[in-house]
Amino acid sequence: MGYLPNFIFLALLLIGGGLFTRNIFRIRRNILLGKKIVRNDKKSERWGYMFRVALGQSKMGAKPLAAFLHLIVYVGFILINIELFEIILDGLLGTHRIFAPLLGSFYEVLIGSFEILAFLVIVAVIVFWTRRNLVKIKRFWKSEMKGWPKRDADYILYFEIILMVLFLSMNATDLLLQQKGIAAYTQTADFPISQFLYPLFESLSVQSLILLERGFWWTHILGILVFLNYLYYSKHLHILLAFPNTYYSNLESDGKFEVDPHIKNEVLLMMNPDQVTSDSGSSPPDKFGASDVFDLKWIQLMNAYSCTECGRCTEVCPANQTGKKLSPRKIMMDTRDRLEEVGKNINVNKGVFQPDQKQLLNNYISPEELWACTSCNACVDACPIAIDPLSIIIDMRQYLVMEQSAAPQELNAMMGNIENNGAPWPFSNQDRLQWVDE
Amino acid sequence: MKLNVPTLESLQAEGKKAAVVFWVGCAGSFDDRAKKITKAFVKILNHTETSFAVLGTEESCTGDPAKRAGNEFLFQMQALQNITTLDRYGVTKIVTTCPHCFNTLKNEYPELGGHYKVMHHTQFLKSLINEGSLKVEGGRYKGKRITFHDPCYLGRANNIFEAPRSLIKKLDAELVEMKSCKTKGLCCGAGGAQMFKDAEAGDKEINIERTEQALDTQPNIIAAACPFCTTMMTDGIKNKKQEHTVEIKDVAELIANANNL
Repeated sequence: MGYLPNFIFLALLLIGGGLFTRNIFRIRRNILLGKKIVRNDKKSERWGYMFRVALGQSKMGAKPLAAFLHLIVYVGFILINIELFEIILDGLLGTHRIFAPLLGSFYEVLIGSFEILAFLVIVAVIVFWTRRNLVKIKRFWKSEMKGWPKRDADYILYFEIILMVLFLSMNATDLLLQQKGIAAYTQTADFPISQFLYPLFESLSVQSLILLERGFWWTHILGILVFLNYLYYSKHLHILLAFPNTYYSNLESDGKFEVDPHIKNEVLLMMNPDQVTSDSGSSPPDKFGASDVFDLKWIQLMNAYSCTECGRCTEVCPANQTGKKLSPRKIMMDTRDRLEEVGKNINVNKGVFQPDQKQLLNNYISPEELWACTSCNACVDACPIAIDPLSIIIDMRQYLVMEQSAAPQELNAMMGNIENNGAPWPFSNQDRLQWVDE
Repeated sequence: MKLNVPTLESLQAEGKKAAVVFWVGCAGSFDDRAKKITKAFVKILNHTETSFAVLGTEESCTGDPAKRAGNEFLFQMQALQNITTLDRYGVTKIVTTCPHCFNTLKNEYPELGGHYKVMHHTQFLKSLINEGSLKVEGGRYKGKRITFHDPCYLGRANNIFEAPRSLIKKLDAELVEMKSCKTKGLCCGAGGAQMFKDAEAGDKEINIERTEQALDTQPNIIAAACPFCTTMMTDGIKNKKQEHTVEIKDVAELIANANNL
């Protein structure tokens, strides 16, 4: 055997890490298909916001139970992964529990705390699964959650349970082998949770125990590498993207919609043809508003990749609450689906997108959904990681109105009134002061 | 009582200036229900001898409904036209009874060159009370149950939750909150240019949903601070056949009525 396990481990690590890195670069490439927008100003405010909202999960508190369970899984995820250092070192060097002799009794405290966290994570994940599948909380069962999104949500929970059970079983069999005095197994004290699993394995021979312990150890690290690469295909990407997504989020008040600088140039040119200076620079855009992912800003595309489909936005949407087709979550999911479709197109066409007769508008998002929005910002406010579905809705409305003149008839009338008499209704501007004498 | 409503143009002709411009808004100028809010607010301005003026026929839509409907061109044209007018008179301070005008003037005009101190009328009324020029006692509203509907563009969009509530509390009334209020306030259904079109197919109108939430608090009065919300809630109350038991009032109307103006 010799160094064979070390090489196998190294190979797995390189393949897992390599695929993950490739996927991250693909996501980055896809996000950068979006249009430019400056979001690296006010750096200290951005760091503060990210620490509060992503790291501190300040916006999760609106749902205390979910926030508590989520916090357990989140802290568990981060802390238990410290154990990965040891696992990787052991795997590469062929050692076993390399930190145990170095850390002494602190090692037992450390692994002991990981075990308690692992147990709590299992409990939290079971509650999550129950809320989703037995209690059937409404926001998890909206129409956009059928098929893959539903399966994805469950797979993540199964992954987490399996990884935690493997971690605990690995420790239990390890401790039993220690008790039997097997030389390769460094002596540690019993751990708080895994000791309750002894009865499952106690009667087994040393041979079977070693087989199981190694099996658990390898499956655990393999599981982590698989999960890492599963992220790319999953809504679970939020564990990484929540951070940049909040950092680059819109720090202005929710009511301030972007004032389009290209249109500003056009309007100024129209109103004062002589006064427009050449420093305005840019030529008119080839398209106003957004009909496809290329027309959106890169932060909107990052928003789409960051969405974990929790449905808090859709739950508070007045249109959705009253049975309209609009669901802000679906806007984000559609944007990601289309972006991934475009990404795959680029992958198979040697890095160049080949037109596919499809776009975000109509093929994914219907005008009916877009026109149902009241622009109330409830969805924006509800998102725990500062995703902004409303900006996409408005950008797509802009395309419908300014490129296609495809607004609902009544809105065309409203806009006609504003153009002709400066009010959304057909009243003469000369009558603006009539109320004084009425 | 005859209202005293000077225009900027007339003041300029007399060589006078106004401390603040009252931006009436399209609803406040033309909509019958909203005109009552406009007049109530002017009565308070007159009562407190506040130096103000309106643009009158020189005012034009801020462009808010056009912008939310996706017509960025029309919005910017309206904005630039209004900014030209406001700057011609050297306007620095604006108060408005409409949260949509408020939001647009405050947040979206600066990038187009229009820089003004913009206040919503609930903030302005609060400042009049703080300065001591306006005194409010409950009067007919003493002990009434009043629930406040947060306009999206005042509350969530601009984080103004306390100004209207502090005014209601001045009435010695019992302020009761709906199950979704403040940052979680449910829209009345009029925003985003919905006011001007029929709703998409669904199983309920948004204003009915919101009216039901308001009625759940068993109020005597539903207070609002937006002409569009007032209209939507008034329609909702009629739909629920409660128009004879529950009143829909803008905060300015409550203050004016309490002072018998």
